[in-house]
Amino acid sequence: MNRRSVLLLTVLLFGYAFLYGPILSLIVYSFNESRLVTVWGGFSTKWYGELLHNEQILGAAWLSIKIAAINACAAVVLGTLAALALVRYRRFRGRASLEVLVTAPMVLPDVIIGLSLLLLFVSMEALIGWPAGRGQSTITLAHITCSMAYVTVVVRSRLAHMDQSLEEAALDLGARPLTVFFAITLPIIAPALAAGWLLAFTLSMDDLVLASFVSGPGSTTLPMVVYSSVRLGVSPQINALASLIVVLVSSAVAIAGVLLYRQEKRQA
Amino acid sequence: MNIPTLRRPVSGRRLIIGLPWLWLGLFFLLPFLFVLKLSLSESVLAQPPYLGLIREFQDGMLVLAINLGNYQLLLDDSLYLKALLSSLQIAAISTLLTLLLGYPMAYAIARSPRHWRLPLMMLIILPFWTSFLIRVYAWIGILKNNGLINQVLMGLGLIDSPLEILHTPVAVYIGIVYSYLPFMVLPLYATLVRLDVTLLEAAADLGCRPWKQFLRITLPLSMPGVLAGAMLVFIPVMGEFVIPDLLGGPETLMLGKLMWTEFFSNKDWPLASALAAVLLVVLIIPFMLLRHYEQRSQEPAA
Repeated sequence: MNRRSVLLLTVLLFGYAFLYGPILSLIVYSFNESRLVTVWGGFSTKWYGELLHNEQILGAAWLSIKIAAINACAAVVLGTLAALALVRYRRFRGRASLEVLVTAPMVLPDVIIGLSLLLLFVSMEALIGWPAGRGQSTITLAHITCSMAYVTVVVRSRLAHMDQSLEEAALDLGARPLTVFFAITLPIIAPALAAGWLLAFTLSMDDLVLASFVSGPGSTTLPMVVYSSVRLGVSPQINALASLIVVLVSSAVAIAGVLLYRQEKRQA
Repeated sequence: MNIPTLRRPVSGRRLIIGLPWLWLGLFFLLPFLFVLKLSLSESVLAQPPYLGLIREFQDGMLVLAINLGNYQLLLDDSLYLKALLSSLQIAAISTLLTLLLGYPMAYAIARSPRHWRLPLMMLIILPFWTSFLIRVYAWIGILKNNGLINQVLMGLGLIDSPLEILHTPVAVYIGIVYSYLPFMVLPLYATLVRLDVTLLEAAADLGCRPWKQFLRITLPLSMPGVLAGAMLVFIPVMGEFVIPDLLGGPETLMLGKLMWTEFFSNKDWPLASALAAVLLVVLIIPFMLLRHYEQRSQEPAA
């Protein structure tokens, strides 16, 4: 190995340590007996036990899971439609604006999107009486708007790289466009849809800012509970909860990643 | 080549284009008009806490009341200008720091053996999937006075009293670089991995030194990735709330945090809207830069 590779390897190792160190420390301290999170008092799983009896956290987690699941399904449908429009139709009126509309929700600060959506919901309620009040439904609508953009990116790259001659062949053999979509296009882009669904789900489970703006009394999501207890200081129960979330999400993503990797290897 | 498209029924095409457009138009574009409208109205103690622009008075006359007072206040009170400048400064410095860490990482991954690249990139993206809030929270335990860093440094005898890191700008920079690193590495990797290696070989054959090769060939050719990564970090950081709130101190002024305070603590919806409108205008140029890069990268045969 020459000097350059050693340098690059060092940077990589440092970078990955920087990315994973904090998460590891979180998990290690969640097994800490002591209430003082950073002073080691011996191994214990008692914080996980307490977590399972915390009604507030369990309720919030259930609400977040419901919102995230509905959001992910809707975002996959809308995001896939947007990706299809952008990849398959070269020219149409509103193409430039659709391009902007699917990029902007990903980069614009959440505080702006959250505030503007709240104002929309308040005005709509005053004008047409819907959505009546704010809560689960308004949070879901806000999450769909932001996560469909991510789904579009994921599905779009898959669509752009897929072999279109298969579809053309089916069309030439007389299959109807809808049949072609369900029999050929959908199975090919299915891994991207799965990845998009997972991404939309985790984005929704994770969102604090949008939910805080558009939620109403009685609908507190998991990140809102985490945030309000974090503001009061570090607590071992939150460490336990955080570790659970990290482990669950990472294993889901790792499994999805391995599946995608295998499929790509087969196709290559 | 448009035979397949001709066979598709027109209604399907309309649905595919129309549905996402309508959704985003209704829930993303339209709301900005309400922000603009509200930023021109007056704040009152009521539910909702603002006055409409069109008001009906007792004699049945409709009156349009536009109030520029919110914007006037943003100009008059130096707090807001300071917050804007400090947001720009924090966003610019943290974008630079993220680039300094992200570029060598992306470069190393792009130059690694082919079968290593995908797993290495997945390791970069994986933290992005796990909760943002939790990852910021993890840093509190590390940076605080009796946290991990201080315990280790004091245990090694390098310092006698704990370093004050949490609730300082340093903690904010660490939090931002940590959270936004994947956004920087992703576009950088995409441009670096496509880079034509024969150019470097040609330069080497002609006697160009490695360091010079990097400055004269690799760096200029990867500028689109640098620009995209920088904008993907800079734009959201300008309105960041969670990181300055949890890791920063009371003196950490940022627009996102200020907006949150005006909205949730002071219940001044019109002023929060005016701040949002200003932030949006500031972000238009960086956003157009990002779009410019994305359009170029989506052109075929790049």
